[in-house]
Amino acid sequence: MSVPQGAILENARRQSIVKGALVGVALTYVVFLLVAPLGGILYTALRPGVSVFRSTFSDPRVQHAYYLTAMVAAITVVVTAVFGVITAWVLTRDRFPGRALLNGIVDLPFAVSPVTVGLMTVLLFAQGGWLEPVFLSRGIQIVFALPSMVLVTIFISIPFVIRSVAPVLNELGTDEEEAAQTLGASPLRTFFKVTLKNVRWALAYGVGLSTARALGEVGAVLIVSGSIENRTETATLYILSAIEERLEASGYLVALSLAAVSVVILVGIEIFKHRQTKEQVS
Amino acid sequence: MATAAPKLRSSPLARRGRGAGFGRWGLRGIAALYLGGMIAIPLAGVVARGLGLGMTAVADTMTAPAAVDAIVLTLWLAGATAVTNALFGTLLAWVIVRYEFPGRRFLSIVADLPLAIPTLVTGVMLTALYGPASPVGGWLQGHGVDVIFAPPGTLLALLFVTLPFVMRPVQLVLLELDKAEEEASYALGAGAGVTFRRVVLPALRPAITAGALLSFARALGEFGAVVIVAGNIQGRTLTAPVYIFQLTSQFRYQEAAVVATFLFLLSFTIVVITDRLLTKGAGGV
Repeated sequence: MSVPQGAILENARRQSIVKGALVGVALTYVVFLLVAPLGGILYTALRPGVSVFRSTFSDPRVQHAYYLTAMVAAITVVVTAVFGVITAWVLTRDRFPGRALLNGIVDLPFAVSPVTVGLMTVLLFAQGGWLEPVFLSRGIQIVFALPSMVLVTIFISIPFVIRSVAPVLNELGTDEEEAAQTLGASPLRTFFKVTLKNVRWALAYGVGLSTARALGEVGAVLIVSGSIENRTETATLYILSAIEERLEASGYLVALSLAAVSVVILVGIEIFKHRQTKEQVS
Repeated sequence: MATAAPKLRSSPLARRGRGAGFGRWGLRGIAALYLGGMIAIPLAGVVARGLGLGMTAVADTMTAPAAVDAIVLTLWLAGATAVTNALFGTLLAWVIVRYEFPGRRFLSIVADLPLAIPTLVTGVMLTALYGPASPVGGWLQGHGVDVIFAPPGTLLALLFVTLPFVMRPVQLVLLELDKAEEEASYALGAGAGVTFRRVVLPALRPAITAGALLSFARALGEFGAVVIVAGNIQGRTLTAPVYIFQLTSQFRYQEAAVVATFLFLLSFTIVVITDRLLTKGAGGV
């Protein structure tokens, strides 16, 4: 090669300048967009000191809000995990007319604004709604009560478990399941000992995403719950009210606590994702 | 071939298909009820309500000044979110996959934060940082820059929430990309710029477009991150989802359903297009 050494050096120098510039811009963007607001809330929430911290977390209203959020999230996670695994199994293992349609419905919640989710639930159960005769007419309160809050949160979280588990089921194929059945295992035993065991990390990953989403849901829950203090006010709804009612310091603290929980969940999610890929490779 | 067919028919899977028909139909029923009852029917309810009073009613609602303002603003913001994400998402993916530098792992982990942090908390964070009470916000306000209760704050909130949308899919494509093509391009004398435009970018394009479209769809419907930050001033910061919320809390369900139906159909179209793009990009799987 007769390329002069100077040109190669020049080229390498130029490349390292480009690299430096791109890395610089990328880091600046992420620090400005994600890290700075994180610093902002840490500073603003912790600055008022221990007294506000104590008064916020000993406030029965705040405690009830946490309790309600945990309750809604727990029910949502159980329902979406159980039905999500069944649905993922049906979508990947079973062939029947209408399967593609069902598969398409799974992703619909991604295209629906949370506000619309709240609205549709109100429309369904309120006066003149399709389900009014079943519930409201018999005095069963759905809207402005826990059931509707759980329903909207489930709606929003449905895709997570299905979309985490289904690809893994597809990838695994049916070899192991068939082997278990050939060896005389019952379908149920096969499901629990083979299928469920193989997808457990993907399931945990989906459950993590569901939990994060359920803890943080606000738009849909705001509409269906009416955000009644000590009754239908979740942690996110408390934050919203606190900021409107000039209780910012408490609102910031509760927001910070939710952010902290989410970060813990995120770490879990990363671990589950890693485990699943490792297990699939080996 | 002749012996293969009966063997297949007697495999456990096929036997289960014939013998355990009851259980199988039960599971299908559960899946159909779950997805149909929880998702499809309630959505149909909104669309039926939205379109139920006929096209004149729809037109009246959609041409109300507040509705027009909210939808135009939302489309603008969603468009800006999509374009910004396409640029910076690609940049972030490129930097993380192709370069070694201190902070690379940090960047990769932090970029997943928006997946976990509640959207409302995103709004609270931005308010904490840029609100008039904070040193940063106070300083900016002193220089005539409004972030909170103004379009920039809303855009920041949307960008925060959608940050991984372009970056993650592009990252996956970059990881799989065959470097030999790029090397060939360099060997043939092309510079870095030309190689990126002619060789790398075409391979990334479906992922970038799909991610940008999903950012757009998400930005159309985002509520939690926007509601605190925006201030909800009609024509300036009142986005369509917040407008739907306001209509609903005034019990104007009919109008709310019309605007919600419009938003849903738009997002739905975008999600379907994205799906097509991605399946085509993955070679028809």
